[in-house]
Amino acid sequence: MLSSANGDSVMKTLPGDEIRQVQWRFSDRFDLQMLVQSARSVARGLVARLVASGARNTHEWTEEKAQMLTAFDEAGITSVFMDPEDGGYIEGPKNFALALLAFELAWVDGGAATGSLAGNLALEPIKEKGTEQQRSHYMKLCVPPAPGDTRKAWRGAFALTEPIPYVGVDTGVLGGKVGIARWNDGEEPILHVEKRGRFITNMGFANFVCAAVDSDDPRIKGSCMVILEEGDPGVFDRGTPTKKLVHQLSSTTDPVFSLDIPASRIIGGYSVKDGVIVPQWNHSQIIESVFRRTRVTVGLMTSAKLLSAIEPVIRYQRGRFRGGASGAEGTPRHDLGLQMKEDPLHRLIDVWATGEASASLGFATARLFDEFDPLERETERLLGDLNVAPGRAQMRTMMEAQKRAIQFLEESAKPESGRYSTGVASLPDDTLVRFAITDAITNVLCPATKLWNTGHGANMMREAVSLMGGYGITEDCPGFLGMKWMDAQLEATYEGPEAVQRRQLSVTMANELFLTIFRGWIREMRGIASEYPETGACTLASAMELWLWSLTYLLEGKDADGRPLFKDQRQGVTFPMADALSWLLASRCQILDTIELAARGAERGLDAEALPGYVRFFSDLCHVQAARAAGETSRVCSLLVYGYNRHPGWKDEGACLTDEELVSAESLIPGSAAGVAGTADSIGADGTRATKAGPCAGHEGLETFQRLQKRLHACLSGSALAKDRAARALTSVSIPEALDYPA
Amino acid sequence: MESGYHIVVCGSLVPDPLQTLEPDVGPKGPALKNEMVLPSVLDPWAAHALYEAAHLAKEYAGSKVWLVSVGPKQRLQQLMMTVAQKAPFSFVPVDGSASGFCDPFETATALANAIGAIPDLDRSRLLLFGGYASASRDAGVTLQVVGEMLGITEVFLAVDSLSVSENGEISLLERVEGGNYLFSECDCPPLVVGWATGHLPEPPNNPQIGMANMRSIMPALQKAPQVQVGAEGVSFAKVELPQQQRTTRIVKDVPVEQIAGEIVAWIRG
Repeated sequence: MLSSANGDSVMKTLPGDEIRQVQWRFSDRFDLQMLVQSARSVARGLVARLVASGARNTHEWTEEKAQMLTAFDEAGITSVFMDPEDGGYIEGPKNFALALLAFELAWVDGGAATGSLAGNLALEPIKEKGTEQQRSHYMKLCVPPAPGDTRKAWRGAFALTEPIPYVGVDTGVLGGKVGIARWNDGEEPILHVEKRGRFITNMGFANFVCAAVDSDDPRIKGSCMVILEEGDPGVFDRGTPTKKLVHQLSSTTDPVFSLDIPASRIIGGYSVKDGVIVPQWNHSQIIESVFRRTRVTVGLMTSAKLLSAIEPVIRYQRGRFRGGASGAEGTPRHDLGLQMKEDPLHRLIDVWATGEASASLGFATARLFDEFDPLERETERLLGDLNVAPGRAQMRTMMEAQKRAIQFLEESAKPESGRYSTGVASLPDDTLVRFAITDAITNVLCPATKLWNTGHGANMMREAVSLMGGYGITEDCPGFLGMKWMDAQLEATYEGPEAVQRRQLSVTMANELFLTIFRGWIREMRGIASEYPETGACTLASAMELWLWSLTYLLEGKDADGRPLFKDQRQGVTFPMADALSWLLASRCQILDTIELAARGAERGLDAEALPGYVRFFSDLCHVQAARAAGETSRVCSLLVYGYNRHPGWKDEGACLTDEELVSAESLIPGSAAGVAGTADSIGADGTRATKAGPCAGHEGLETFQRLQKRLHACLSGSALAKDRAARALTSVSIPEALDYPA
Repeated sequence: MESGYHIVVCGSLVPDPLQTLEPDVGPKGPALKNEMVLPSVLDPWAAHALYEAAHLAKEYAGSKVWLVSVGPKQRLQQLMMTVAQKAPFSFVPVDGSASGFCDPFETATALANAIGAIPDLDRSRLLLFGGYASASRDAGVTLQVVGEMLGITEVFLAVDSLSVSENGEISLLERVEGGNYLFSECDCPPLVVGWATGHLPEPPNNPQIGMANMRSIMPALQKAPQVQVGAEGVSFAKVELPQQQRTTRIVKDVPVEQIAGEIVAWIRG
């Protein structure tokens, strides 16, 4: 039990791989553990040397940057994405594996991670929606050659929808066109593609490009994605390098394509109906299936930056005064440096807690996608077997499944069911219900990861940089922290900027099935709190309750002008609620990971003497983060619940009692005026009134909100003590003598 | 007649050299502070021996490589997540202490017993490899004692090069004083080779090789015999780090000549 065994335990060293494997649930996956080590050797070897030697100082794709591709191939990074039959070595879904990979590479440089992931991004549309033939063909082309094989592996790029001149727009706005160049009888149609890309990663060396295009020919229906190859007839212009301020280790250009390609390059194939080519998938369908997964890895890239900042900041803090005139060896000033002061310690704890929470959220989401992938395929197969056609019929079937899912969850919530978990493993043996529940969760966790990890993460990276003083914004800053701060901002932007994620969340978080699941999570946190009170799970549960009540209120409520509060266009309401939810979800995942460490650390062979110290420290971080999430939730909910009511004014009818009314009241009930006269909300006989905006606002109908908020505020008890304790641990934790990469 | 070598590499984990290594006295005698939770790596000298072994095995068909390690089982498993990706080998783990304070004789006994128990090991083709020194203990005697226990009399230390002639003769270069090499020739195995750094770079990690190795590594770890190795009867009067040598500087873009110059200047005082 945490509370008894870990009371005085102290974390002795920074958490190593063994700890992370338990927290992030891959201690029994040796393939992933090896992948981590392999990616780490590239990141902290070649990639770090490139950054340290100034390779980021040019936008061009250089020979020295190209060494990374060979290193990725040799270290098995390129082939992680492939299935064993295509030359890969990891069986089953790869979301979690790719998440770990991105995390390791981004620990040193986000551009290197992006370059690696972009190759997969190019293959993702083919993998997810391509024909069997396309899939097999391109996977085999892209798998790195075996030793002795002289074949050159192909690289891909993914060209979405960005029309010139802007970067990153709505996915509905397409910047490319496709028409029919030739269509001879009995032959395959030849398409002509005109596409100008903007900000296309890997374009400096890509051999093929998956491009989104819209039809400008009546003989092609709608939009689609096509595969363009380097040798196709026409123009395959890689374009000029983009002048990025960040991620310079990835190749990014603005290419131009004007090419003729066979229609068989339409991803997913096509059919011909009444002389019209009908692509199997439009570009939106493909993009949705692609980005749904890849956004999680981007979120984890920022998590890696935050956690990578801890060791260099501690080292900087401790050594800050060494070598100076005062502070001889052995004195606190020499040994602790800035760690003698509370503020830098507390701020570092905030950075660390954020990093932990965001990593927990990202990895939990990636793992969930690994469960979701086969479930999605099984659901597609099942619907096919049941002859449920895509469209309305499928929607009806899924709505029924959603109802069954809600019913199941509500039954499970009854005390006699004895469960408080809504984990996938505990779901019923009904594929559609399992799919509906998992889908509802991923629809929230994925945008929450992208939004919170990168957006809030970028803010906290600024905090990390600030902890290094002026050193933080130099190229020599250990851990490349200044660069990572800038990189985090790009990660918050690409693959769907924050507004896109907030918009998606504002829809998916109000789904009744998700809200039912969320209620289960509140119970889950209460249950955990009773066993592990130090984690702050109770604080979090109170914050979740406040958020849920507020959402329900906002969904039904109207503002002072009678306009509905929770509407698509009312982003002043929906977006902050999405932000607040993301805080809560990250904190919840962090607590679950800490519980996993406490519950399974010993059986996973972690050192029995050291484990309680880690559990104690991570519990304190959880408590700190839960309190911050609670504070943020309270702030957002207060603003929205009260903020759309008009403040009463002195002249508003019935807002306060005037002289005449007081006299009248006195005549009816002698002595009654004495209770009101002279109070802040009355107007005196001479017309004087208190110097404020008006009588205090009422709170009719908000009593429950006030009760929940009051409870939440009291629930913050102990959180500052946890921060103090965690800060103290920072002063004694052992760190290596130098970073394990040149920086 | 079967061809190739049977190469047994002795080597285990040591704390990551970047970590702060502080001697401490624990309940079982001297130890490093937080030793059980410090990240560890394969002893760099033993790692060179492993890379050389893998290279040799690749050159001579029919060769086979074993890595024999005495160390805590859980930590050996973690170590294998990196080491197993470097080269194909069979793992022979022995669950015991890898502390630098263990008596080399006890460690050597555990190693020799483990090597003696390897099935199908052909001693007439045996090359016993290891580091001539160690990052945790620089006595440089463990490998020699193992060789002695296995009855191998040809021992070469601080080896940087091993080559095989067409007629099977083995040539070795051993480091000696003054930056010179001692050149030796040996008719045939078995022999003991304590490697210095060799000439091979560290192979890149390859998860595919790792996955292939792990098929035999995990069962081997599960069956690893437990041994008690320590320093019974030995008392350490004093244990301390040479502080001056633990001053680590991280520099970049410094030419080799300048680094050498600084070292020479430091030695001269």
